Amino acid sequence: MALLEVRDLSVVFQRKGEAPFHAVDGVSFDVEPGQTVGLVGESGCGKSVTSLAIMGLLPKRGAKVTGSVTYDGTDLLKLSDKQMRDKRGSELGMVFQDPLSSLNPVVPIGLQVTEVLERHRGMPRKEAMIEAKDLLDKVGIPDPNRRLKEYPHQLSGGMRQRALIAIALACRPKLLIADEPTTALDVTIQAQILSLMKELVQDLGTALVMITHDLGVVAGLCDEVNVLYGGKVVEKAMRHKLFAEPRHPYTHGLLASIPRLDAPRGEKLTPIKGSVADNIPWTSACAFAPRCPNALDVCRAETPAEVDKLGRLLRCHNPVVPGTPAAEEVPV
Amino acid sequence: MSETLVSVQDMKVHFPIKRGVFFDRTVGYVYAVDGVDLEIKRGETYGLVGESGCGKSTLGRAMLRLNEPTDGKMVFDGQDFSTLQGEELRKMRRRIQMVFQDPLSSLDPRQSVESILVEGLRAHGLDEGKESTAKRLRELLAAVGLPASALRKYPHEFSGGQRQRIGIARALALNPDLIVADEPVSALDVSVQAQVVNLLEELQEKFGLTYLVIAHDLAVVKHISDRVGVMYLGGLVEEATSEDLYDEPLHPYTRALLSAIPVPDPQVEDRRERILLAGDLPSPANPPSGCRFHTRCPWRQETKCDTERPALRELKPGHKVACHWAEQIRSGEIQPHEVKPVLVEEGDGLSPDVPLVGPASVTEALNP
Repeated sequence: MALLEVRDLSVVFQRKGEAPFHAVDGVSFDVEPGQTVGLVGESGCGKSVTSLAIMGLLPKRGAKVTGSVTYDGTDLLKLSDKQMRDKRGSELGMVFQDPLSSLNPVVPIGLQVTEVLERHRGMPRKEAMIEAKDLLDKVGIPDPNRRLKEYPHQLSGGMRQRALIAIALACRPKLLIADEPTTALDVTIQAQILSLMKELVQDLGTALVMITHDLGVVAGLCDEVNVLYGGKVVEKAMRHKLFAEPRHPYTHGLLASIPRLDAPRGEKLTPIKGSVADNIPWTSACAFAPRCPNALDVCRAETPAEVDKLGRLLRCHNPVVPGTPAAEEVPV
Repeated sequence: MSETLVSVQDMKVHFPIKRGVFFDRTVGYVYAVDGVDLEIKRGETYGLVGESGCGKSTLGRAMLRLNEPTDGKMVFDGQDFSTLQGEELRKMRRRIQMVFQDPLSSLDPRQSVESILVEGLRAHGLDEGKESTAKRLRELLAAVGLPASALRKYPHEFSGGQRQRIGIARALALNPDLIVADEPVSALDVSVQAQVVNLLEELQEKFGLTYLVIAHDLAVVKHISDRVGVMYLGGLVEEATSEDLYDEPLHPYTRALLSAIPVPDPQVEDRRERILLAGDLPSPANPPSGCRFHTRCPWRQETKCDTERPALRELKPGHKVACHWAEQIRSGEIQPHEVKPVLVEEGDGLSPDVPLVGPASVTEALNP
């Protein structure tokens, strides 16, 4: 059995007097120890809401979470708030996108790290401080003794993100969820953080759920990739397979629209027409149909079913035939 | 093609750091741009890349005199732009337009698209009567791929990509020679980025525009630029045609930068050799002595690097690099070694110029 089994997870936001909004719509995936699973998609595809739902961080009122999130045999969605608090930080770690707003600005870094150790591992303050120093050292923060006493604003963006990772790792969680951990960072710093995360997965056997919009990051880091669109997984495969032969028109379109560093000069990009705002609800249609170059009549009339074939999960009526170039579309 | 449109000579922008309650004592300077020379030819796209805090945006703004440069000059089409004053400056500005990073905050939320586009025309006396203006507006919208019905709408009614199109139409309205685009696509979703990149390319072909594109994403810059300049801590460290720069990066920083950019192809990713830089960008308020990059450079040598600031020199035709040891590094005579990260002091009058990409919160994810 996998460490984390997410089955048919749905999140519906309902405000009084408004139509319900399906942010996440039946997402399922497994994560094994030492494995990295990627959730990729653009803004509004539900990737962050998925991570918040797994961690039980969505507000009780207004957000309705259904399905199951089985971690090590227990369904996290059925746990009480108190039980969940014990799990978070000790067994489940999370790294957020913006390190400055997820660290407490008026508490020194050291205390923020030791807090976790004291709460979950019952360490005395002094011992925790020594452990915190080791942790900062491990994530590559120079001069950790001094940094422990400093406040978040005194650290650079990359260092803050490292501190956040140190906090998430303090209790050696078995599962780490990273929500766009490098988006706010520069590329050279991003490379540092990604190689750090890779090391952690390899050395500690942590299971990692990587949430990002950057297909490049996914290509280098993840074992299995889930491509999300409009709250549903539209394509899922192991990374080599997915990138070599993207079958869903959305995945295919995304890859064709990214300028690649190693592409020959003068190659035109093929954008996906329209924007995420053109989505239609998944009920009785494919949400991607208005933007899809392959769209058929059936795409607007019927929700495509999930088909799991040859190690690839696909949700499409008219998938891309491998080997065809991206359809030429004039942007409207 | 070979005519020089813009020439920047020894441009410097230093921001004073002030302290004290009653007297604004200047305690130091942030050396945001510190001696940059560059030339942009008519009809080409010049790409300026670098990480946050390297001074690329400040350089772009200083060229337009949105920030007054401390020193140095910019010659635009044979005229010294940096000494122009008053009415002459205003008139000249028609020919240099800017496209900003965040399309929502750079458009007035209370102005309709029509009013946004007409404002510039009126200010420069190009509004010659209702009919010709209406025709011009239709042309502009058609050029950037927006329907004519957009005129009566307000910025919040558009998606991110469409807003950026409005920003581009506003820049185009005055028939400029040069468009300075500061991170034109970094706030957009991946699938929409390509639309705007393609649009910029089409417009260049159609109107013979010259671009200065400022971005942190080397892949985007490489895609649209003819020539690329790489900035590090206020100075240019390398300048070459985009193919040359990618095929043979000569400066250690460019090498590290190129190797750090993820490529969406697992096969390439598995094979690639990564040059990981140690530590962070030093503070521009207190730049390292000698070569600015020596504190993080894996190829650093005992002599020269920490004492002498290397000048930008031409190593091969059209390829300039600011490194004392570029030849030796190129031939493999000097091998990289390990670098210990150096502590970097934060929070000294520095604004973190972090580009916003992708959704930041649940609220944002809910209102696409």
